[in-house]
Amino acid sequence: MKTGEIKIITGNDLRTGDVVWWTGEGWSRHVNDAVEAGEHAEAVIARENAKQIVTDTHVIDATRTAEGVRPAHIKDRIRALGPTVRLDLSLKPADPDAGTWVI
Amino acid sequence: MVEQTLRFRDDEPVGDPAVTVDAFADQSNATAVRIEPGDDARALLPHLDRIALVEVNFPAYTDGRGYSAARILREHGYTGELRAVGDVLVDQLSHMRRCGFDSFAPEQPISAEAAARAFTTWPEVYQKTVDGRPAIWAKRHPA
Amino acid sequence: MYQYDQYDQAMVDARVAEFRDQVERRLAGDITEDQFKPLRLKNGLYLQLHAYMLRVAIPYGTLSSRQMRMLGDIADKYDRGYGHFTTRQNIQYNWIKLQEAPDLLADLASVEMHAIQTSGNCIRNTTADQFAGAAADELVDPRPYAELLRQWSTFHPEFDYLPRKFKIAIIGSETDRAAMKLHDIGIQLVKNDAGEIGCRFYVGGGMGRTPMIAPVIGDFVPPLQMISYLEACLRVYNRHGRRDNKYKARIKILVHEIGADEYRRQVEEEFAHILTLGLEPPPAELERIKGFFADPAFDPAAPDELDLSDPDFALWVDQNIHAHKKPGYAIVNISLKPVGGIPGDATSDQIRLMADLAKDYSFDELRVTHAQNIVLPHVRKADLYTIWQKLEEAGLANANLDLIGDIIACPGLDYCSLANARSIPVAQKISERFGDLGRQRELGELKLKISGCINACGHHHAGHIGILGVDRKGVENYQLLLGGCEGADTSLGQITGPGFNEDGIVDAVEKVTEVYLAQRAPGERFVDTFRRIGMTPFKEAIYAKETANG
Repeated sequence: MKTGEIKIITGNDLRTGDVVWWTGEGWSRHVNDAVEAGEHAEAVIARENAKQIVTDTHVIDATRTAEGVRPAHIKDRIRALGPTVRLDLSLKPADPDAGTWVI
Repeated sequence: MVEQTLRFRDDEPVGDPAVTVDAFADQSNATAVRIEPGDDARALLPHLDRIALVEVNFPAYTDGRGYSAARILREHGYTGELRAVGDVLVDQLSHMRRCGFDSFAPEQPISAEAAARAFTTWPEVYQKTVDGRPAIWAKRHPA
Repeated sequence: MYQYDQYDQAMVDARVAEFRDQVERRLAGDITEDQFKPLRLKNGLYLQLHAYMLRVAIPYGTLSSRQMRMLGDIADKYDRGYGHFTTRQNIQYNWIKLQEAPDLLADLASVEMHAIQTSGNCIRNTTADQFAGAAADELVDPRPYAELLRQWSTFHPEFDYLPRKFKIAIIGSETDRAAMKLHDIGIQLVKNDAGEIGCRFYVGGGMGRTPMIAPVIGDFVPPLQMISYLEACLRVYNRHGRRDNKYKARIKILVHEIGADEYRRQVEEEFAHILTLGLEPPPAELERIKGFFADPAFDPAAPDELDLSDPDFALWVDQNIHAHKKPGYAIVNISLKPVGGIPGDATSDQIRLMADLAKDYSFDELRVTHAQNIVLPHVRKADLYTIWQKLEEAGLANANLDLIGDIIACPGLDYCSLANARSIPVAQKISERFGDLGRQRELGELKLKISGCINACGHHHAGHIGILGVDRKGVENYQLLLGGCEGADTSLGQITGPGFNEDGIVDAVEKVTEVYLAQRAPGERFVDTFRRIGMTPFKEAIYAKETANG
């Protein structure tokens, strides 16, 4: 799996609004499942948009390390985690320090 | 381009090409004029008796100036055809009709059925405009 | 309170049916997101950072207990057990599923509510004085006029695609509790020497990127010509407002660029024409609406004295109770600003509790304030202690109204896709730093307002202390503003200088309050002291350390 600076695809589930990430095969709610979309990004987006399952699809910058995928912009990190002021509703409800990851 | 016009008038359509508001002032024989969003519809008021068709262009549906242009013309007694052209979507038809438009030439064709459905969206209306529909307040307080 | 008749109900029911059809077509793939987006936005359904957000209109901030209860039930049924009351007297839900949105709207319609025109470049929900019909200083009850406005602005065919969104506020007191001069149109109901009512129109105010205080355009418009005057104001704007740049598209820019006199001239010309068209609802309609806002059956024998022997209760009464027009009654402000909490958020249980309190003690009525608090407008003083105890139990007896802990904050980058920085964590840290109520009371009235971006939903320009979150190379940064104010003496805050990080801004706020405490003259509020001594002493205190270190 490619590490370092990567391009990943994100969007929202059309029906539920959930934030989702492109895994190469489908969509996951967990950013660590996101894969480098590379030169195929536009084709993936066009194909997935046609399925009308995920909306607002777009490519963002991120970094992959051994710890996982970290979106480059704070807005996308908050999207990946959930509201930092309601960690109980985030994807890491058991981790009281989860909010520090977004900074 | 296939020209599709939804027309809600009984008279014969005007064949003349529509000229710009500027050109219209100089052409005493012109009967059709086209209003762009930035044009002042009031410039046509002295000439309403010789106009048979006013086209109001909507380059983008989000530009709502044409609604005011249409109402101004109707409020001053214009009875000829008032046609909305351009980026005219089914979701705008009802409001356009309420502002006095009685024909529509959308860039993307709209089926007659969809248009008919759009005109029945609102069972009642809160405002008096130029379409003759009684406002809700008028129904509450019949004269 | 106003109640729908069959016409009003038919309109919201038609809207629910229309939206249900649109959602079905979207889910079936019959229409694209590009086609669907403007349709869902017309129903207040945004796609935010984490999910769909629904903004529900609360017309002029007024709710019955049945409606409030429904808002609580909706939070449980369709969301995650809470809602967020906004600076426009509305409520937002943060976790709505598209497929359930039509059912939610149907539930709202069952209690005469909707999400119509809570987004888009149209006339938004009208806001009003939260103490309308109850305040001791009221000249004219603005609610009947606000309801007239609601009906006129709903599905207005000419003004659905304005250059930009359009916000109207209406008040009927000398005291402006609705930030009326910072709206596209602010209407103040006034009386002349002959005792006749008139509408004073302030047009072209606003916050956002270019904050402006609205000038008076119509000094005394007869109430039975209010709708015609509005038509004229809106038509001039719709025709001539700028559409080339969304940041210059609000009416304030038009009024500013052509000047208040020229704008007024155009409005007067249009107004004279519109008066000939008979667009105005008849006097009988205003009278019909006024009938819904008659005083409830106040008890003339309600005792006026209050037992303040419980010191905590006494503090709450001193801070959160406002004078009522009837002896023996009081206006209760429920602060949704607990120390360390999220400004404006309330759980479904809290919402239902407030509904119950309204039902049992406030003639079935509640109000939402632009400061993101809740009001029980008509409470017997004899019931205050019982109410306070119930609020205390539910974590709602925060005795900090208009104090530094009563912070206005937009949702910020924790929820909002437009935000550049988080607002809520800053509000939480400041409210914790000033968590001691004695310290807050020592500072007195101090309105602190935080926005997470330049759109200014958190009204930072109008805060005695304002905070604006910006994005500085991908890092959250906070600018400090001082001297803003809403109300009769409206003023706009000035930026102190370079911004701060999250902890830095909390320290800076503390230093600013220290300067105030050291410099204030007797009876001066923070903003008064600022106006007297100017920015310099505050700047020196805030930036002293940085300067010393080079």
